Amino acid sequence: MRLDAKIPAGPLPQKWDLYRFETKLVNPANKRKYDIIVVGTGLAGASASASLAELGYNVKTFCIQDSPRRAHSIAAQGGINAAKNYPNDGDSVFRLFYDTIKGGDFRAREANVYRLAQVSNAIIDQCVAQGIPFAREYGGLLANRSFGGAQLSRTFYARGQTGQQLLLGAYSALMRQVAAGKVNMFPRREMLDIVVANGQARGIVTRNLVSGEIERHAAHAVLLCTGGYGNVYFLSTNAKACNVTATYRAYKRGAFFANPCFTQIHPTCIPVHGSYQSKLTLMSESLRNDGRVWVPKNAGDKRPPSQIPESERDYFLERKYPSFGNLVPRDVASRNSKEQCDQGKGVGATGLAVYLDFADAITRDGRASIEKKYGNLFQMYDKISGQDPYQTPMMIYPAVHYTMGGLWVDYNLMSTLDGLFVLGEANFSDHGANRLGASALMQGLADGYCVIPYTIGGYLAGSRFEGVGTDHAAFADTERKVRDQIQKLLSVRGKRTVDDFHRQLGLILWDHCGMSRNNAGLEKARTLIQELREEFWKNVLVPGTESDFNQSLEKAGRVADFLEFGELMVIDALARQESCGGHFNEAYQTEENEARRDDANFCHVAAWEFAGDGKDPNFHKEPLVFENVHLSQRSYK
Amino acid sequence: MSTSISLTLKIWRQSNPADKGRFKNYTVKDISTDMSFLEMLDVVNEQLTLAGEEPVAFDHDCREGICGSCGTMVNGRAHGQLKGTTLCQLHMRHFKDGDTIVIEPFRARAFPVIKDLVVDRSAFDRIIQAGGFISVNTGSAPEANTLLVPPHNAEKAMDAAACIGCGGCVAACPNASAMLFVSAKVSQFALLPQGRPEAARRALGMVRSMDTCGFGNCSNHRECEKSCPKEIAIVNIARLNREYVKASFASPES
Repeated sequence: MRLDAKIPAGPLPQKWDLYRFETKLVNPANKRKYDIIVVGTGLAGASASASLAELGYNVKTFCIQDSPRRAHSIAAQGGINAAKNYPNDGDSVFRLFYDTIKGGDFRAREANVYRLAQVSNAIIDQCVAQGIPFAREYGGLLANRSFGGAQLSRTFYARGQTGQQLLLGAYSALMRQVAAGKVNMFPRREMLDIVVANGQARGIVTRNLVSGEIERHAAHAVLLCTGGYGNVYFLSTNAKACNVTATYRAYKRGAFFANPCFTQIHPTCIPVHGSYQSKLTLMSESLRNDGRVWVPKNAGDKRPPSQIPESERDYFLERKYPSFGNLVPRDVASRNSKEQCDQGKGVGATGLAVYLDFADAITRDGRASIEKKYGNLFQMYDKISGQDPYQTPMMIYPAVHYTMGGLWVDYNLMSTLDGLFVLGEANFSDHGANRLGASALMQGLADGYCVIPYTIGGYLAGSRFEGVGTDHAAFADTERKVRDQIQKLLSVRGKRTVDDFHRQLGLILWDHCGMSRNNAGLEKARTLIQELREEFWKNVLVPGTESDFNQSLEKAGRVADFLEFGELMVIDALARQESCGGHFNEAYQTEENEARRDDANFCHVAAWEFAGDGKDPNFHKEPLVFENVHLSQRSYK
Repeated sequence: MSTSISLTLKIWRQSNPADKGRFKNYTVKDISTDMSFLEMLDVVNEQLTLAGEEPVAFDHDCREGICGSCGTMVNGRAHGQLKGTTLCQLHMRHFKDGDTIVIEPFRARAFPVIKDLVVDRSAFDRIIQAGGFISVNTGSAPEANTLLVPPHNAEKAMDAAACIGCGGCVAACPNASAMLFVSAKVSQFALLPQGRPEAARRALGMVRSMDTCGFGNCSNHRECEKSCPKEIAIVNIARLNREYVKASFASPES
């Protein structure tokens, strides 16, 4: 099968306009004849549900939490980018596009990224109209700040909780459509499979997490807005319920998985402190605007930070990258922190941490100013670590945060499975091998508010649909498979808990498919994952029954999928014999230890096709063609 | 720094809404004081699972104090004794070796228990559906900077908008009132020019929905403010009352 990204013809700036003109429209009176399923209610899912319902489609929306307002987009702290150029500092749609392509180490599709930059301004307009309390200047105009990896101020923010405010905005728009009767909302539901009939995605099978009932839902199209798979590492900044199940099961039904090894390790998280730890907490990288990252110059220096004089500190990011300093992109910052710790210069009890110091900023701007910008983050740090960052430097270490890989989609955001659309972090499309700060919120809302309302119309108007209801044989088949898997999990009755397996899987991936990778380690990880998976199915202990509120059973299903998916990540990492962005293979680095791309052989998207249980997946390639930017070695010196 | 403590836990166990429910005692040892409260419950659940007993069901997700999923009563206080803190952000360093901790679900008529510590808070979604939004369709928004918002108002709106919808205020209130929750949303929009056109309808609709859902009314105990993990102030309730009275007397919507 040849991957066709369906990129519209025409010059880059006009592609989206031409596309919208040429796309077939659905007559307003006919929209109510179409049912659309949306899985997930983060920024992408909530904004898509609301926007499609406003257009007149019948929308059924599902979320795993008790309320759609709790999706993990809510935890995004720093901000959202747009090319408004309000500060008059040289921004433009083309510059936002270029920065995103370059930040992604030239592994994203030009046309999609350009469209993202084009619609970024409309997102801000929409959010302001919804009543989102963005930060303002004295005159009442919107305020901007600079944010990790950008040399200009294009980030809009609502204190350190921008994701929360944007999500609550999208959620309120969704609730408005629920009240209007255009969205049927199903909370506490987990999608366990996609139903494919006549080659089209025509519905889903879900488990009611309260009653345990298995339910069938039919539609004309299905949108997966189910986020990323960072929890494959067990410890990550993701919420506990984040998982790969929806996208992985779609993969097993024919949707290709693209670039699964592209994971983002975020530089500024609170370090791991114990084996019982259940998750890691991000400290927004906006902190790097004012905080200075340093370690002691001498390895093994265990003095408290206040007793290490200025002359014995190494501000290694400022030293190595004078023009970007502490604001280098996330992958660069993370790798450098790891490098310092590997040299024995790490701080704290574990030696796996570096300092993020605000002393200079507090002296320069005053404590009040720092408190206004970062008060809630400092408080959060204090609560978790028991230390006051106004008095002593924060300790930070990189942690898994975001996954650039995801289901492969074309320009329409449709996967290789007809009628299955994938939005937000769940798709692979816009961030290449590394995502820039404040770009995830932009992409989630772009997909939901700005892109899908157009592209889905083109699909619906241009497709023929047979009558497929929940009594169709495909639903019965799919439901049987779902029930079988649940029974299988419950019937093992082994000796190890689900979390125990999950932790072990996480460590394998963190050690061998984390911040830096090598072929021997990846090969080893593959074997270890296979062995662990085999043990899981012989020795997992899932208490309770299927017809109950059973959180252990929920986790077991997700970990079962992670155990298969983890191997796919490793396979992808082995196939990509270059370094780019978050994928750093030690064999491919410059003399200065930066990622060395191989554009001659790997300037492509790797898309994996499921070939059957126990078989290696089939590899497909979407070559990336750059007509508007020059491929260069990223340099932040 | 980190030490280990032992605790006696009295945890509410209720297998389903029809079950009467009861406290059960558990003893846990070697709890690191660096653990969060939910990590302590994870340890209990791992032990219960291996011992062949059903683990304790509790809601949680982000574990960084922003999603609003978690929350139980801890020694009679919603989210525990620490000010401005969700349960997931409460760490065991605030407890002493040998302490007995009573853990039970949020209790309110409008929040029926689903299982153990898990309650049904869908009433909050229904209240938002009754007006907790600004009616603007996707695509119809004007240029963002055409609307000026004094930073002072934006900050106050943000103070109110910080609500995470956890329901701690309801659980803390002797009347099981949702006034703090409703007032936070009403205030956010009342303070912004975008929210003014629908202000009357919003105040009336959301208060009506709160009553229908079975929440009580406010009689100024201020327990909500004290237990709110985001420290939403009751000045918002005063603002809601003003909005409601204005809407009731002077608005064509009343």
